Amino acid sequence: MMIRNARALPFLLAGSIFATGIHATEAEHIHASQAWIRVLPGDLPAGAYVTLENTSDQPAMLRSATTPRYASVMLHKSSSEGGVSRMAMVESLAIPAHGKAELSPGGYHLMLSKAGTPLSVGENIKITLHFADGSTLDTDFVARPANATDAGDAHH
Amino acid sequence: MPLRRTSRLAWLFALVLGAIMLGGCQRSDAIQWQLTDISGHMPDLDFTLVDDQGKAVTGKDYHGKVVLLYFGYTHCPDVCPLTLAQLHVVMQRLGPLADGARILFVSVDPARDTPEIMHAYVNAFDPRAVGLSGAPREIEALSKRYRSAFTREPDKGDGQYEVSHSSAIYIFDRDGKAKLLSTPDRSQDDLVHDLHLLLSQGNPA
Repeated sequence: MMIRNARALPFLLAGSIFATGIHATEAEHIHASQAWIRVLPGDLPAGAYVTLENTSDQPAMLRSATTPRYASVMLHKSSSEGGVSRMAMVESLAIPAHGKAELSPGGYHLMLSKAGTPLSVGENIKITLHFADGSTLDTDFVARPANATDAGDAHH
Repeated sequence: MPLRRTSRLAWLFALVLGAIMLGGCQRSDAIQWQLTDISGHMPDLDFTLVDDQGKAVTGKDYHGKVVLLYFGYTHCPDVCPLTLAQLHVVMQRLGPLADGARILFVSVDPARDTPEIMHAYVNAFDPRAVGLSGAPREIEALSKRYRSAFTREPDKGDGQYEVSHSSAIYIFDRDGKAKLLSTPDRSQDDLVHDLHLLLSQGNPA
């Protein structure tokens, strides 16, 4: 009986949080899909891409990302205005309420650099996405070949 | 009369020249390029660089091939791989015709892009891609030749830096003549369409 009660406790707690109207975290409302990494030879920096959907009535804000596999992960945005390709660091990326934000080639992306061990094609690695309210979302990213243009069939 | 003969010859010459020009115009009008036609507006392919095997090469070494010239660098994780991946898809769609083309990926970051790194990099995209690096002034000369520019952005403090560069793809015919310009807003269909025409023209096969 005691054990059964203890198991039920988290559910009861979760229920009471919703009942008292306390907001769930940003991460809890984010659904990540199409997560992939473009693997480049040697220790060249790689781009990581993901589609983030927000099911909440409130916008969410992606602030940063971390992974044990790379010492550095930066949120970047590419642009090709006036015939010039540029890359700039960005502070955050908003995911609108009941909307989505896409990190995709040629636009927003995570730049992964200083790999601990080189990534091989087909491998899955965990990247933790950090949101403005401090909540986090662990997402599996699949390593794709350099000449891939999307996440591949397996992740549609 | 020698004078009359000379003027008659001059007339004939003008007539022939006119006919050639007219024919030339009609011929170029007949080809419906999807990309921007830069024929006569950009100089022929000419450079002195080092290929990804470490060999000194010039523009003439690629005569006989349709050339797709693109500036970039290997520490570019997003736009350069995207462009090269798209060009790989275009080459695949061209089938055996693609063997008549070369993608020349010219590094705007010769300090980091050695022939070894360039070799591994370009081959990760397409077997018909060649990585070119070389002396900074040679790369600058080539970039300026096609009215493009590149800028090394400030160091981020850890020795890492980005390079802003032209996003255009310059396309040359088998004689090294500048023909077409493609920009990121152009579709793969446009590239396939025009390259198919260009590769079918004067196909030695």
